[in-house]
Amino acid sequence: MRNLFAFLAGGLFGAGLLVSGMTDTTKVQGWLDVFGDWDPTLAFVLGGAILPMMLAWNMTTRRARPALGGAFPAKPAPRLGHNLVIGSVLFGAGWGLVGLCPGPAVASLAWGGIGGLVFLLAMAAGMLVAPGVRTRIDRLAAI
Amino acid sequence: MIEADWIWGFAGGLMIGGAAALYLLVNGRIMGASGILGGLIDRSGWSGGAERAAFLAGLVLVPAVLALIFWPGLSTNITSNMAAIVAAGLMVGIGTRLANGCTSGHGVCGISRLSLRGIVATVFYLLAGGISVVLFKHLLGVI
Repeated sequence: MRNLFAFLAGGLFGAGLLVSGMTDTTKVQGWLDVFGDWDPTLAFVLGGAILPMMLAWNMTTRRARPALGGAFPAKPAPRLGHNLVIGSVLFGAGWGLVGLCPGPAVASLAWGGIGGLVFLLAMAAGMLVAPGVRTRIDRLAAI
Repeated sequence: MIEADWIWGFAGGLMIGGAAALYLLVNGRIMGASGILGGLIDRSGWSGGAERAAFLAGLVLVPAVLALIFWPGLSTNITSNMAAIVAAGLMVGIGTRLANGCTSGHGVCGISRLSLRGIVATVFYLLAGGISVVLFKHLLGVI
């Protein structure tokens, strides 16, 4: 049951990414291109995505647990470490350079061609080495 | 004037947020693409591995079928510059794992519960994305 609903959620997420234009790298770069020919579409995507989630978070306060059991994820402590900032800057720079973030990179696998596949493999390699990078950064930060 | 792309963007955004709401209320999980994929790659999430794999299967298969039926010949319009693709993939992979989230986790799930970490991460990756497009598109001309 958990796997079925995970599949459905992933499918709906992917369909939404496709329909919204998030898998079109020129649209994503157009949204980030504030100083060029700015395309506001992604503001509508983010706004549209946040609305149902505001309702959902509100519902978690009135329910004891998720429908399939377990517990709702606790809100993380509002702690802002160097990794949050360094990681987000690195992610944003890569996102702007090619126009793909992790969700759309996976969702467009079927029609992304060789470029999409290479991006996905490079991203996976980055995720594989990330724990080691984190250790090194933490060691530097402790000096 | 409202453009058709904005309506598609908003509709797709609602689907993305709906998927995140489904994953939260039914499975009790945060729908973050980089966390779901990254946890499988660096083995930190192998305990819930089947659920993650099912999510990713839906994320690949459903948009693939939709694209085949409704948008044959669809393209992500990704750059042909392979060096840029590899560099961007590595940055996105390492960055999202260092920051513990990407557009879906920090942007959609985090902002909607007013998480300070989500808001700060989103500010930094949007700023870095904007600067990246200015640098690589307008100044260096590599994309």
